[in-house]
Amino acid sequence: MKDVGVVSYGAYVPHFRIVPEEIGKVWGVDGKAMGKGLMISSKSVPAPDEDTITIAVEAARNMMRRCAVDPKDIGALYVGSESHPYAVKPSGTIVAEAIEAAPDLTVADFEFACKAGTAAIQACMGLVGGGLVKYAVAIGADTSQGAPGDALEYSASAGGAAFLIGAQDVIATMDNTYSYTTDTPDFWRREGQRYPRHGGRFTGEPAYFRHVMSGGKGLLERTGMSPEDYTYAVFHQPNGKFPTRVAKQLGFSPEQTKAGLLVPQIGNTYSGAVPLGLAAVLDEAEPGDRIFAVAYGSGAGSDAFDITVTDEMATFRRDASPTMNELMASPKYIDYATYAKFKGKIAKERD
Amino acid sequence: MRRVAVIGVGITEFGELWDSSFRKLGIGAGLSAVGDAKITADKIEALFVGNMSAGRFIRQEHVGALIADYSGIARDNIPATRVEAAGASGGLALRQGFMAVASSLHDIVVVGGAEKMTDVSDVESSLIQSSAADQEWETELGATFASLHALMATRHMHDHGTTREQLADVAVKNHRHGALNPKAQFRREINRDVVLRSPMVASPLRVFDCAPSSDGAAAVILCPFDIAKKFTDSPVEIIGSGQASDSLGLHHRKDICTMAATRAATQRALKMAGLSQKDVDVAEVHDNYTISEIIAIEDLGFFPKGEGGKATEDGLTSLDGDVAVNTSGGLKARGDPIGATGVAQAVEIVSQLRGTADKRQVKDADVGLTQNVGGTGATVVVHLFRRV
Amino acid sequence: MATAPRYWRENPSRYNMVGFKCNNCGKYYFPPRIICPLCHRKSVGKTEPVKLKGTGAIFSFTEVHEGMDEHYVQKPYIVAMVELEEGAKVTGQVIDCDACDLSIGTKVRATLRKLSEEGSAGVIHYGYKFVPVRENGERPGDE
Repeated sequence: MKDVGVVSYGAYVPHFRIVPEEIGKVWGVDGKAMGKGLMISSKSVPAPDEDTITIAVEAARNMMRRCAVDPKDIGALYVGSESHPYAVKPSGTIVAEAIEAAPDLTVADFEFACKAGTAAIQACMGLVGGGLVKYAVAIGADTSQGAPGDALEYSASAGGAAFLIGAQDVIATMDNTYSYTTDTPDFWRREGQRYPRHGGRFTGEPAYFRHVMSGGKGLLERTGMSPEDYTYAVFHQPNGKFPTRVAKQLGFSPEQTKAGLLVPQIGNTYSGAVPLGLAAVLDEAEPGDRIFAVAYGSGAGSDAFDITVTDEMATFRRDASPTMNELMASPKYIDYATYAKFKGKIAKERD
Repeated sequence: MRRVAVIGVGITEFGELWDSSFRKLGIGAGLSAVGDAKITADKIEALFVGNMSAGRFIRQEHVGALIADYSGIARDNIPATRVEAAGASGGLALRQGFMAVASSLHDIVVVGGAEKMTDVSDVESSLIQSSAADQEWETELGATFASLHALMATRHMHDHGTTREQLADVAVKNHRHGALNPKAQFRREINRDVVLRSPMVASPLRVFDCAPSSDGAAAVILCPFDIAKKFTDSPVEIIGSGQASDSLGLHHRKDICTMAATRAATQRALKMAGLSQKDVDVAEVHDNYTISEIIAIEDLGFFPKGEGGKATEDGLTSLDGDVAVNTSGGLKARGDPIGATGVAQAVEIVSQLRGTADKRQVKDADVGLTQNVGGTGATVVVHLFRRV
Repeated sequence: MATAPRYWRENPSRYNMVGFKCNNCGKYYFPPRIICPLCHRKSVGKTEPVKLKGTGAIFSFTEVHEGMDEHYVQKPYIVAMVELEEGAKVTGQVIDCDACDLSIGTKVRATLRKLSEEGSAGVIHYGYKFVPVRENGERPGDE
């Protein structure tokens, strides 16, 4: 196996935001208190002409702008999402064409609730490490849906990040990865259904916490590392509470998790969550920094990563694309009526 | 080339004509033109029909044959040809008829134009109208037909200082003229405020900057100039005909404040007639949007580029102005049944030159002009007429 | 309506702004053409498809209030004519901004968005739209 790592990365978050108060106002809920409980002060909302594909394309293009890699050298591209616009027809083909990587590559869409993007990263690591392809692209992107009035409506948002995995000129090495998987139905969406269902409090202890803890501990055991060895830690963030608690239980400090905790500003970007958190960390990381990351996907499983920032980062062209801070700066806030229209919750009768 | 005269004109009322089908409109205009020319059906040698989109408005193609059939002339197996160039379909049909007579191919020719637009929804109607622009590279990207003219207006205001009020003045003038035309769709005067307070369509253009969707038809009868007096005491000669093309997409034009095709077609028509712009007393121009008339009167050479708005504001295009523009009310007030428009323009000019335009008569009108535009200026047809 | 092939064949230009360069006169065109309208037959064999950068400035723009039904969710939306860096002009929507933030000359860049879809069961069409370019990290309209 070759040593593999991140050659480049790019992120994207839609321009629009809605605040919990605005949602609560409609449903007779104290939105402010709801937001405080979830530690979410606003969530991103995709424009009506955005979907997982356009978000994936934008993230992938931001990734390509930061490196000099010939897109024709990309041998694999995977898009992980739980909101692929087509039930049948890949999202990835459009992304591959849009970054001019087609046609000499393999493409597939991944689905594993919120960890489809990190599952794609692991697949890319395998292909590059095994020498099957020179470069591979893994994207986690979502325009997640929360049913009107459901608790998810306060958090389900949109965004995505793309990672170019390779074996040369890496800005961060992917030193280890470990996954922990069981069959746990905490959150699902049946074929043909518009909105997902969830198990309420069942999504907590037996689902998120058990899998993220086990994934995190499993990785630490296998690597012989301890939490204080890491500069940064990123956890799946369906809200602000869960990752904060899980970080504490695993022994990570708020200083370590701060840079990668985006959910207070943009909400739960599902498959985009850990990829975007990692992107935010890479925006400020310096050579030698170590990053610990655990993604979670309902259903259920976790993917844990042990990452080291290399000297290449010193010359990496971060400023060729917007950083997470730039992407999150100066959004446009919309009211619930506009949000409902954008998300197709209300629709005009058409001929 | 033979000289060609118009010996009869006919026009239906323009508007939302719920009782009238496409064929009823076409036959109505044709019958009244034939009656005006005092000819019998057996004299007609050919029919040209201007029509933009019957296929989409009423799902009927092959409308040349349809009109020939229902007007009873198909029994004589005369050739009937449909002519299409979006908004310029009518003007182009007239040019085909003109060429047929001028070339000695035919003697008596009927040129008709018709469109039935109100059998589809407003949404469908605007979609159909937008097909005059580039579907792949304008419409599919979100551009409406109005928005393309709005791009011209924004740029004209930026480059030449044309004001929002001057755009409104075009509509105000044309409504004033339309109020004097019994066939017009809108027969009431409006003021600037009505225009400026009407709902926005595509900024800066508002509802009252746009011609309506209309049903209607118009027809003219052409014959060799030499025998025109056999049919009428007041023939009008077609002394010039010019046609020009430009890029289909507005974005490919050198200057979106200029319709180069209008300039080229005008030059060709004037050259044929041996006249200059100064000789024109009355003109019907393609004011599908208010900005279109401002651009038209500049490109026709009536006013220097950039001064069309000021000229309108100063009343130079009114009935008693330097050149009376759109005495019929134009597309704005008379109505714009697309395929009929170019022929209706000729009907108005013939009426003016015959001195039968009643309350909207331009005094001593001797030379008249029509300018008929397809798309955002990809096809322009200009004709010049003179009183005999 | 089975229109998938009609859109599919334009994908290179719709996704990546592949235009056309005449190597006889050096002029760029978008969308691609078959011959150069300036050089006519002299351009035959001397033209090539070229990916345009997708950056440029607003040449003219309008805020569309009465648009096509398929864009009803976005209304009002902005349509602009953009003069690309290479010199070609192109028509497209400008998104994620308000008309009052734009003027002739505002810098924009192309992005990929949904253009339209054939109902809820049909094919989705993707293509370029423009977003104002952040200058000094700020976009037009930022406080």
